[in-house]
Amino acid sequence: MHLPPRPGARPDRAGQAFARLLEARTGQRLAADRAWRVDTAIRPLLARMGLSHADELAARLTETRDTMLEERVVDALLNQETSFFRDAGVIEGAVEAVRLATAGRRPRIWSAACATGQEPLSLAMLFAEAGGPMPEITATDVSAGAIARARAGVYSQFEVQRGLPIRRLMRWFAGEGDRWTVATELTDAIAWYRHNLVADPMPGGGFDLILCRNVLFYLAPDLREQVLARLAKALRPDGLLLLGAGETVIGQSDLLVPSMRARGFYERVDRAAAASRRVYSRA
Amino acid sequence: MKTCLIVDDSKVIRKVARHILETLDFTVSEAVDGRDALTQCRASTPDVILLDWNMPVMSGIEFLRALGTEPLTHRPKVVFCTTENGMAHIRTAIEAGADEYVMKPFDRETLQSKLQIVGVA
Ligand SMILES: C[S@@+](CC[C@H](N)C(=O)[O-])C[C@H]1O[C@@H](n2cnc3c(N)ncnc32)[C@H](O)[C@@H]1O
Repeated sequence: MHLPPRPGARPDRAGQAFARLLEARTGQRLAADRAWRVDTAIRPLLARMGLSHADELAARLTETRDTMLEERVVDALLNQETSFFRDAGVIEGAVEAVRLATAGRRPRIWSAACATGQEPLSLAMLFAEAGGPMPEITATDVSAGAIARARAGVYSQFEVQRGLPIRRLMRWFAGEGDRWTVATELTDAIAWYRHNLVADPMPGGGFDLILCRNVLFYLAPDLREQVLARLAKALRPDGLLLLGAGETVIGQSDLLVPSMRARGFYERVDRAAAASRRVYSRA
Repeated sequence: MKTCLIVDDSKVIRKVARHILETLDFTVSEAVDGRDALTQCRASTPDVILLDWNMPVMSGIEFLRALGTEPLTHRPKVVFCTTENGMAHIRTAIEAGADEYVMKPFDRETLQSKLQIVGVA
């Protein structure tokens, strides 16, 4: 059966150049079924720059090799979708698991690829509401724009109405028209910085919990395996890793296994082996 | 299937909300003001009520207070749904007994998210 090619289903030359740039900078691959995104995603940037066609932007990139401009293109192409309390049960479970594992000690948490910050802020809210020591939360993303927004802590009416219960809006935000600013008590409790999972050294010190959700999915398999291996090393020996719903380490990493003590999380294979040795030696 | 009563004097809003709710698998009924809504709740109490603030006969807040004194089979969840987006309004609604609060304009995701938060979606 032959179907006529759908117009616009394949990115044109400029689109391919942008997609290559995106992959070179972030490892993110545009799946064929999302190739249309290039056009739509780049349009606002074209408008801001006063350009009428993607080819002009592509030409300018080749001519100038302007890294700031490259960054703006990459930012425009990144899928930065997120929300407060995304997969709410999972976020609550993560906080529970960490509190349990670190009783009395200050937990260390890394929200990797945190986009505009809703994930680490959700964690900070839960910890603040529960009392006890506020964890040390590191939140990073490859997009400087996303991190700047997160640090500013200002969200649109649309954003504060996704996943965030109204009582938490009342408690943690101040509104002005349709702009909502989160309490500095929360933003200040988080160390925000730009970090590229595929290229930059992992933050050290060992984490009790790393959240890396909805980002590895679009990496090429070999790159995904490398990142998972480096995430495993960034965990404390008994730390937990949380991926997005529908993401898994199974078949992607020899260093991580599903955790037996915290369902839905992953942990280092050496820790899991040590734990089962303890069980056997007791038996 | 869960049931939702939309209470809004605007026909357009009712239509938009109905469309979204039906795609979320709700059985939907409509009321044009608070008094109409109260009558309908007595006859058949929905699982959740989407409630406008300003309506000609019996405002959303008045309805909410009246609802509290009704001997109903069960307490429906109440999601306020209004253009009022100030913190003072939100506080008034929550203190009057609303479970959630949607600021208009809303879209499908907003509504779905709020319905999940109150546990009906
Ligand atoms: C779909 S969002 C997910 C945000 C959040 N983790 C969540 O689950 O709601 C993906 C994020 O990954 C970021 N990202 C993509 N490639 C990255 C990389 N190589 N290193 C760090 N962050 C990256 C994007 O900028 C974007 O903010």
